[in-house]
Amino acid sequence: MAKKNFAQDTSRAPVSQRTQKFEKVAKGSLGATVKAVIDDIEIKVPMGATVLEAARSVNIKIPTLCQHDDLCLAGVCRVCVVEVEGQRTLQAACSFPITAPIKVKTYSAKVRRARRNIIQLLLRNHYGECYSCARNNNCELQALAKEYGITSYTFGHIGQPRYKQDKSSYSVERDMNKCVLCRRCVRTCIDLQEVGVLEASERGQNTKIVTYLDKPLNDVVCINCGQCINRCPTGALKAKDPSEEVWDAIDDPKKHVIIQTAPSPRAAIGEAFGLPAGTSVTKQLNTALRRMGFDKVFDTNFTADLTIMEEGTELLLRLKKKLKDKDSNVALPLFTSCSPGWVKYIEHFYPEKLKHISTAKSPQQMFGAIVKTWYAQKEGIDPAGIVSVSLMPCSAKKFECERPEMNSSGYKDVDFALTTRELAGMIKESGMDLPNLPESNFDDPLGTGSGAALIFAATGGVMEAAIRTVYEIVTGREVPFDKLRVKPVRGMNGIKTAELAVKNALPDWRFLEGAVLKVMVGHGTANARKIMEMLLRGELDDYHFVEIMACPGGCIGGGGQPIPTSPEIRKARAQAIYKEEEGLPYRKSHDNPFIKMIYKEFLKDGPCGHLSHKLLHTGYTARGKWIGNKKVVR
Amino acid sequence: MENKRKGPVVFSEIKSIDALKEALRIGRVGVLDVVRDSNLKGRGGAGFPAGVKWNLAASANDDKKYIVCNADEGEPGTFKDRVLLTEYTRLIFEGMIIAAYAIGAKKGFIYLRGEYRSIFPHLVNTMAEMRKENLLGDGILKNKDFSFDIEVRLGFGAYVCGEETALIESLEGNRGEPRNRPPFPVYTGYNGHPTVVNNVETLANIPHIILKGVKWFKSIGTEKSSGSKIISVSGDCKKPGVYEVPFGTTVKSILKIAAASDTKAVQVGGASGVCLPKSQFDRKIGFEDISTGGSIIIFNSKRDMLDAADNFLHFFQEESCGQCTPCREGIPVLIEGLELLKRGECDKKYLDDLLSLAETMQLASKCGLGQSAPNMFVSVVDNFKSEYKLSKNTRKENLFHG
Repeated sequence: MAKKNFAQDTSRAPVSQRTQKFEKVAKGSLGATVKAVIDDIEIKVPMGATVLEAARSVNIKIPTLCQHDDLCLAGVCRVCVVEVEGQRTLQAACSFPITAPIKVKTYSAKVRRARRNIIQLLLRNHYGECYSCARNNNCELQALAKEYGITSYTFGHIGQPRYKQDKSSYSVERDMNKCVLCRRCVRTCIDLQEVGVLEASERGQNTKIVTYLDKPLNDVVCINCGQCINRCPTGALKAKDPSEEVWDAIDDPKKHVIIQTAPSPRAAIGEAFGLPAGTSVTKQLNTALRRMGFDKVFDTNFTADLTIMEEGTELLLRLKKKLKDKDSNVALPLFTSCSPGWVKYIEHFYPEKLKHISTAKSPQQMFGAIVKTWYAQKEGIDPAGIVSVSLMPCSAKKFECERPEMNSSGYKDVDFALTTRELAGMIKESGMDLPNLPESNFDDPLGTGSGAALIFAATGGVMEAAIRTVYEIVTGREVPFDKLRVKPVRGMNGIKTAELAVKNALPDWRFLEGAVLKVMVGHGTANARKIMEMLLRGELDDYHFVEIMACPGGCIGGGGQPIPTSPEIRKARAQAIYKEEEGLPYRKSHDNPFIKMIYKEFLKDGPCGHLSHKLLHTGYTARGKWIGNKKVVR
Repeated sequence: MENKRKGPVVFSEIKSIDALKEALRIGRVGVLDVVRDSNLKGRGGAGFPAGVKWNLAASANDDKKYIVCNADEGEPGTFKDRVLLTEYTRLIFEGMIIAAYAIGAKKGFIYLRGEYRSIFPHLVNTMAEMRKENLLGDGILKNKDFSFDIEVRLGFGAYVCGEETALIESLEGNRGEPRNRPPFPVYTGYNGHPTVVNNVETLANIPHIILKGVKWFKSIGTEKSSGSKIISVSGDCKKPGVYEVPFGTTVKSILKIAAASDTKAVQVGGASGVCLPKSQFDRKIGFEDISTGGSIIIFNSKRDMLDAADNFLHFFQEESCGQCTPCREGIPVLIEGLELLKRGECDKKYLDDLLSLAETMQLASKCGLGQSAPNMFVSVVDNFKSEYKLSKNTRKENLFHG
């Protein structure tokens, strides 16, 4: 069979865009493989494989634009056309399935001429200059133009913008003047994420990718996941970039500027400096940040551990209420709340189920609250003078910073959230060659995180971290997995489940004796939808804890990570995280000495205590699908 | 009413329902064989053998199959399906019932062009009559295991929905955009099930072929193009209208039928067809020469061919679905190029660029719309050289827009 992609089983993609099923065709007499001759290279390919897949298998490069390894096929840009013997017209390699012996020419004069003309047509209405674009040197259209020797515009070039830029969202900016209508964002939003904010509207040369009624992105059900940005071949989509404000803060001697760095950027930022995917540069990154002028370089992993303590305790409290106190109003399973894309997703699409979401803030926001309280007190700094910056793999974190309720310290918890891409740009602007910098450590007291916190980066990581701690709280023993590797929740399957029987529970947790803890992990909001539908059907009644990350692969595949992304790249990043984790001195959140310290010195009434509730927990907004009474703009 | 028109096949005499009875008598395989042997080719313009389509769909292994009558007649200058739908309604339904019987479909659709909504009640009423007569519904003509019914669906005016995969997308409730082919609708059509999409005229041929036989049918037309073509004649002539002519009829004789004089050019096949100058009026209608969906537009010597091409290109610009690059972005370039040609500001080199672009559109567009959009432009540039003058230089500023 042809290669399956992440999005192929989603329910909402039109048939035309789903991976086509060839079972019916293949049932014939032809068998499982077919002979293909590509540029005189003879190979056998699986029945139904596309010409593009066949060519790639013998290292023949066919240029593509609308094709993306994560997405269903579209066959709309026509850049990948090839000559197929016996066919009157050229065929799109990305979508032409091989179901009978075939002969293909991938670079004949006819093909080259067609590709050149098509690239010229794409450039014709692509407004703007490469040197003033966020995607300069990382743009697929630019690369194609170079590859096909475009040195002038045969069919002209647009001189004025046609559309107003949409900068309404805190997370994602859209500039449709740069859009080449490949529809990857549409397929990402509908097929991959099943959010469905973007669609093509109008026809012919008036075709435009729009939101519902062409409203500003802030006024539709966008969850800010930024997956569309990661798949946009040009600069039409980008994250809202606060680097200038961050530089200003760094340059202001009156400000104490600290940065927390989330776990996944360290396993991906190297890609922006030419390193292969899966190369972790944690300690070089610390040096770069310090040299840039951040006063302190902290680790979000510290508050990831704190999250485990708070969320794990919340889970145990809910279990106690339900199983021991027989309180039927307790909402179980408990859902994680670390992923701001997922939080906004449930606020929009399942607002009636918000009580299932943990009230624990995400690690980013916990960090912000702790910096402007405990840290400020400890160091004797006026919290008003602290600028709290975060490095996140995520565009939705920008929105999370701006949530009005995120100010429990009396100040905005986190002032600016930078994406991995944006920080890479700042490091480059500082003239630093990240991979070759000397190594250095995080600063105390917010610079120590456990391995359990580090694996928050990959799908299943929060669950694994929680299991390591919760099981040990309940039984006094380590989880029964070799090297603490909770394998069932790892890996890239869309939905994963695990069961853990509780035996010999400690006296406080006797009510859990003999219980089987059931957990579920989902990543990508398409899977979140499946899980929520299961919840609505009552199929999760015997589950206790569910982890959901809005992005495929979890945070390592976040909407703020280096472009491009693919299943292979995400896998490599996750592997780097798991490898680094095993080398850390602490592997369990509750073992982190600074976690013990903060509960001793500051959060004295313990996890889910009074002060925790004030600083580290939050509430949610039932947004629904209809937003405000905003005027409909056409 | 049905006797008013005269023609070799579709407009010839036939007694209603006799063909259906004959089809039921010879059985599914018999029908499939007859249609295959008749060499009946699709009358929508592309000319794909109907028998091949039917046989593929019939052999596909699926419990749900569909037959769709493509009545989204949108080609400028065609109006023959409107005539067939109003005057030969039962003939078309009979063709559909026979098709359904042959391929094993229980459900059929008529995808009716939005602008033809006035015919909608007539179709629904005819179907109601036929249900009463046990020609539609459960156990047709007392055959317990043959049930079939038809639903009429209205398009909404998109020309591209006449392309069969876009039509299916539209039927499914999606934006009417052509799919990637292969896989073809005979394998994965409506809702992923095997679906045969046939033109109105193709289906109107079926009862005649079943009843009168392959030999009779093949005796009409030419060796490679059996049967007849129903043409819609319009433009500069005294007798515009719908005529049925055997394949092999020359353009010249059509002009005679239509009583046209002072003819400079004939556009065969609508906006997506080719434009013939006088020197080519001996060419013949047929799949081996000029293949056509049926429109014949006549231009007399007073017409400006560049204007005609411009008109067609604007039509395509309006109707392009906007999905694929060559069609969406290419048509406006050709329109601007034509403008330059009209003003005498296009040089040889830029005209060559435009013709190369036209070739790219013909070869690389995703569907037939984009592939045929530049045909008129190319025809006019090639065949009517006296109507434009090339300049020495194309001014670059003409190409920079916005």
